[in-house]
Order: sequence, then structure tokens, then C-alpha cells
Amino acid sequence: MLKDLGYASTLTAFLVSLYSITAAAVGKKQKRADWIESARRGLQLLFPLISVAVGALLLLILGDHFEIAYVYSVSSLELPVYLKAAALWGGQEGSLLFWVWCMAAFTSAAVRRHRFEINFQAVFVLITASTLAFFLLIVTFFDNPFDSLWQLADGSTAAAFLQPSFSLPVIPANGQGMNPLLRHPGMIFHPPMQYLGFVSYVIPFGFAMAALITGQVDNRWIRLSRKWSLAAWLFLSLGLVLGARWAYDVLGWGGYWGWDPVETAALMPWLTGTAFLHSIYVQEKRAMLRRWNFVLITLTYLLVLFGTFISRSGIISSVHAFASSTVAILFFGFISLTAVFVLLMLYRHWNELSSENAVQSLLSREVLFLLNNAVFTGIALVCLWGVLFPVISETFTGQKVTVGPSYYESATGPLWVVVLLLMGIAPLTVFFRTSVSRLRTMILFPAAGSAVVLAILLLSGMRSAAALIGFTVLAFTTLVTLAEFWRSIHIRLSRGETIPQALKRTFSRNRRRYGGYLIHLGIILMAVGILGIELFQQDTQQTLKPGETLALGRYIVRYDDISFYETSGGIQQAKAEVTVSTNSRSAGVYLPRRDYYPSWGQSVTVPAIRSTLQDDLYIRLIDWGETKAEGVTLKLYLNPLFNFLWLGTGVLVLGTLAAAGPLFGRKEEKGKEPHACVSTD
Amino acid sequence: MKTRNRELLIGGIVIAAALVFLIINATRSNTQYFKTVEEVLALQEAASKHTYRVSGAVIGESIRVDPDAETVNFTIAHVPASMDDVEQMGGLAAVLHQAVEDPDSPTLDISYKGTMPDLLQDEAQAIVTGTIGEDGIFVAEELLLKCPSKYESELPYTG
Repeated sequence: MLKDLGYASTLTAFLVSLYSITAAAVGKKQKRADWIESARRGLQLLFPLISVAVGALLLLILGDHFEIAYVYSVSSLELPVYLKAAALWGGQEGSLLFWVWCMAAFTSAAVRRHRFEINFQAVFVLITASTLAFFLLIVTFFDNPFDSLWQLADGSTAAAFLQPSFSLPVIPANGQGMNPLLRHPGMIFHPPMQYLGFVSYVIPFGFAMAALITGQVDNRWIRLSRKWSLAAWLFLSLGLVLGARWAYDVLGWGGYWGWDPVETAALMPWLTGTAFLHSIYVQEKRAMLRRWNFVLITLTYLLVLFGTFISRSGIISSVHAFASSTVAILFFGFISLTAVFVLLMLYRHWNELSSENAVQSLLSREVLFLLNNAVFTGIALVCLWGVLFPVISETFTGQKVTVGPSYYESATGPLWVVVLLLMGIAPLTVFFRTSVSRLRTMILFPAAGSAVVLAILLLSGMRSAAALIGFTVLAFTTLVTLAEFWRSIHIRLSRGETIPQALKRTFSRNRRRYGGYLIHLGIILMAVGILGIELFQQDTQQTLKPGETLALGRYIVRYDDISFYETSGGIQQAKAEVTVSTNSRSAGVYLPRRDYYPSWGQSVTVPAIRSTLQDDLYIRLIDWGETKAEGVTLKLYLNPLFNFLWLGTGVLVLGTLAAAGPLFGRKEEKGKEPHACVSTD
Repeated sequence: MKTRNRELLIGGIVIAAALVFLIINATRSNTQYFKTVEEVLALQEAASKHTYRVSGAVIGESIRVDPDAETVNFTIAHVPASMDDVEQMGGLAAVLHQAVEDPDSPTLDISYKGTMPDLLQDEAQAIVTGTIGEDGIFVAEELLLKCPSKYESELPYTG
């Protein structure tokens, strides 16, 4: 019953999306507002419909209905409830349904929240409904989460929605369960956040295309897109960070990012999305970079589709990828069609997009933002090349060639430095023309400060060029950013405001600027964490008998005991007890362990991590004997400054919330134009 | 105004050139040729000149861990490179299984410097990156593993 309800919902949703496309197209052609309105309502209907399907699938999983092929493949009896809920997106079919659900939620909210000019609405509905229709097509006819298991006449098993002839239903007593590596709280947060980040970019993309096609290429679509793009960017950033944290916790190699093709493919839209957020600021202030903005947002969206394609088609080998399936061809077709459509529209309207203003001076904020766009796009291109290289080389030379992580590191390294430097120089410039003398005055203090930092680092013995450059640039940018805050707070304090008042009013007077600076501070902190682990990680490994110690950096780790358990779920655990001390003082007892899942033949290393702002001590249990006396083999990693990465993420989130302002902002700030593309009647 | 545009254009070309240089440079020093076990064995001594990326099926009983030397030694069996061949032979899991079971399938000995990964088990798909030494043992600097049952939906065997 549930499976029928679920499937009926997705099928209906698919048909409704087709209706919306048709109604919007017809309405725009015939200039019939009522058709367009009907199309909009159809689009809004998709969210409740797909919610029913999601609810049905969730109930099927929670109810242990292993006769459903998807439930069988991702769940099992002994999974805790929270992991069963997460199994909703644990496999290909479920994650596609979840994706479509998120997309329907966002598009529904977008058409509800804004009242558009009628042609704009028609195109927006057309574009979003088409995207939803495509994914619903896949979920309904190709990767259907509601397929059941049947035993065919020849004894083999097949998955299908309707019963094949001469077959019998199969009701397994237990499911395969979730791969042990996925059984971690990270499974609850990372995939949904990542999908939210991807999916929400369809909204600004829709706005952009609607603006382009209806000729409303001024700042109205930018103002509409602003908060949506900021939200999308935040979700995407969090998705990436959560993935890194999960990898760090679970995979046991003391690392957090592997430049795996799927990871890299998720980074690319983040890069162009970041450029976009900066670039639209210039369009609002100077009516320039309009072409860049259209290109950046459409590129971001296409990269999102591309990323989905890579992880679901099997054309590139990756530890993340879902199995190859027939949808690969469909995805490729859809992306190509979308890309061609975008290019056509851009070509047709290119001349309308020329700037009203021109660059007055090379030493201006506009030029720095332009450079910013170029650098971020450059990093994205480097990544794209790396990801596509195996495919390109195989097509042209017949030989599949890949590039390793060091390709990305050496090619993007200098570019990241440029980005961080720009982050420090741009606030010192103004639009139109920055006077050299002004620049000299403003750069003096931060430059001097960073020179001091450089001197301190050199004196303390640091010789790594990458570290010296990295930290000096970061110091420079930090000082510039803090000086910006100080300038505002200083004036307010001298006017008699209290510190909290000064802070609050600094932000509320110019949300985007100071929220943006706070985000920059977050990025700086994250960069500190990354520099720490990338350049200064140490590791060591040794077999220890009870009482023996292993030293790494400022830590001494002593092996005390080992015990063996079996949990009620049948997991066999080997848990070692080690005492960590630093500066001859005990820092606590830690329990690195290894969990073995007999039904999977898979073991999962659960490291013990001692986290401080100074560093992370990461302890892995590698091997052990039958008894405590035989000893254990421990591997230790020392990751200096690594927690700045997570701290920085927190600051980034705060900054984004500050920049966004009231989430459901009703009143615009005084003096600004009315809300974009509002219907005049 | 024209001078400004020209300056911007020159700037753009410089940036583009720098980008191309960065990409080419990094690609050249970091390319890894993707080979199957059969192909690497066929290359013999020529294989020690480049870094290769080889994919194969892990033979579980060959896994030996040397904790003090921090190395893991194991053997991988040949697996076809193209996805079409794999699909025709019954899917990745079946292909890995066949490769391990077949006593005649070409094998390559791997020595990986690092800790024993959790995913290293019988019939896992391994992608090793490194060079083959004179003794014929492939020294892997990087080891990527993918468990076949991770994302592929396996249908229950019945009967």
C-alpha cells in the first residue's frame, strides 16, 4: 500500500510538472496570465506530492519492509532509528528522491515568497519545472525507490515495480544494511546539507534565465537572487566542511580532503558561487560585470548538474560514486541540453548586457573584483581539468591518465594565495579611482604588521616558503579586515556608544559589508587550520607493550590496556586504553578502537582525538594481540592548528547570518527601491 | 576609455597565460597512467620509468601487514579496464569475484607504505598509484579502495 502511494505520488508529480511546463510555455506564447498562474500553482503542488512519496519511503524503511528493493539495499533490522532515517538518502534512488524533494521545497518557496512580473514568472516556472520534471522522470521510470523484489522463474532475483510474469514475491528477513563506514552521525548531516547546497542554486539560476529571456537584465534579478544565493552558498560551504569532518573522523588516515573527483566536483560550484556573490555587489554599485554575473550563475548551476552526473554515472572512478546506471546517458543529455540552451540565450542577449559604465582606473575596486572573478574561475578551471583529464585523455589517446592530489595542490596553491591577498587589498580600495596616496596610508599599518609576523616566524625557525608566505598574507588580510571593523567601532565609541552598541550598529548599518568581513575572518581562520595540517603534520607508529610510551611532538602516549566487546548489534569491538600526557601532566585517558562488522566483513577504525586550539592528537589503533600483555600497535598523528578549520566555519556561519539580515525580511531598508520584479497591478 | 580596455585585455591575457602555464606544469609532473594488471606486467622494465595507476581485485589471503616497517603487502588480480566489459561480465562485484577465484588471472604484488586501511579486504577494488620496482613488486605511494557493495544495490541470492 505504502509503495503504491509513494509511486502514485511521484508519478503524479511528474505529470503535474509536465503540465506546468506546458501551461507556462503556452501562457507566455499566448500572453495568457491565467495559464501562467495555473503553471505556478502546479509547481507549488509538487512539494506536497513529493512529500507524500518521501514520507512513504521513510515509513517503508522504518517499518523494515525489506521486500522493497531499496529498503533491502540500504537498511537492516539492527540499524538504530537515526541511521534508518538517514538511509533515506543512503542509496541512489532514495537520494534522488530526496534531491527532488529539496528542489520542490525551494521552488515552491520562491514562487510563494515573491510576486513576479508575469513574463518573468512564466520563464521561471518553465525552467524550474523542467528541471524537476527531468529528475522526476529518473525517479519514476528509471531509478525507482519503490521497486519490489521478485524471484523469477530461473531462480534469479529482479527488482521491478510491477510483478514480472512467472515470478514470486520475495520478502527477505533482513536487509543488507548500511555500509559500516556510513554509520556515523555525519551520515545525518553531510548528505542533506550537500544536496541542499546544490539544489538551492536552481533558484538564482531560474531568476537569471528569466531575467535574460524577458529582457529585465538590470539589477532587479540581482536583488531577488541575493539572499537565495547567500543561502545556497552557506549550505554548500557547510556541506563541504561536514564532509571533511566526517572523513577526518571515520576514514582514519588523519586527513580531511582527498581531491577525489566527486569532492572536487562539489568544490567547483562553490568556487564560481563565491565569485558570483562578490561580483553581484559590483553590478549593484556600478552596473558593471553584468555578463560575468550571468555567466557565473549559469556556470555554477551547470557545475552542480555536472557534479551530480559524475557521482551517479560511473564515468569517473571515485570512492564516492554511486553505481553506473542507464541514467548516465539521460544526465548527459539533460546537462548538454541545458548548456546549449544557456549558451543560446546568452548569445542572443549578449549585447543587452553591456555595461553602462566603464573602468576608470586600474586601481579601483571594480578591477579587483574583476580579478577576483578571474582567479576563482581559474581555480574552478584547474579543478575541471583535473576531473576531466582521464576522460579527455582516454578519448584522444586511448590511454586513461589521471592526475593525483599534488596536481591540484601545485596548480591551485598560488591562486589561493592571490585570493587571500585580494581579500586584504580590496577593502583598501574604492570604486572609480583609488588615489595612490590614500592606498599608501591605509596599507602601511597592515603591511608593517604582517612584516612583524614574518619576522617572528623566521626568528622562531620556520623555513617553509609556503608557510611563510601563507601566514604573512593571512596576517596582512586579518589586519586589514580588523582595521575595517575598528574604523567603525572607534568612531561610535568616541560618540559615546557602548561596545555592544557599537558592534551591533556597525553590522546593522551595513550588513553586507561587515557580514562579509566577518565571513572573511572565518575563511582566514579556516586557512590557518589548513596550513597547520598540510604543512606541519607529524606522524609516528609503534608497537607498545603495556606501560610503554610513544612520543610525538609535545605528547607522550602510554598504552595501558585493551578490552574486547561485542555489542548487542553483533559488532565486535577492540578498545584500547591509552593515557596521554603533555608537559609531564596527564591530559586524560583515550579509547581508540576498531569495530568489526561480521556480516559485512568490514572493520571501521574509530580514532581517539584530543582536540585543542593548538593541535589535534589523533590516535589510531592499528593492530593488537590476543591479550593485553602482547601489546598493541598505535599510529599517532599530530595536526597543528587544525581546529581553526572548524572554528573558522563557525565564524563563517555567523558572518553569513549577519550578512543576510532578517531571514524573512519584510521591510526593505529605507531608501532602497521596492522589491524586484513586482507585479504592477 | 580605450586605453583602459586595452590594459584590461592585456591583464586578462596575462592571467589566462599564467593559468595555462600552471595547469600544464602541474599536469606534467603529476600524471598517472591508468593501467590494468595485464598491461603493467606486459610493460616489464619500461614500467619502472613512470608513475602508474593500476586497478585490480584484492586477493584477501595475500594480505600481510608489517607493523614495524609500516608496510602492507598484498596481491591484486587483473580486472578489465572498460566499464562496458565489466557490465557484460555481470557487474563489478561479479568481475572482482571472478578475478580472485580464477587461478590463471594475472596478478601483481603490491607493497604499500602506510597503515592497513579498513577497506582492504578480499575482492575489494584497489587502485594503487606508484612505480614497479626491479624485483617486479609494485611500490604503491597511494592506495584507493572501493568496496563493491558500497553503493551498488546487490540483490539477494535466493534458492
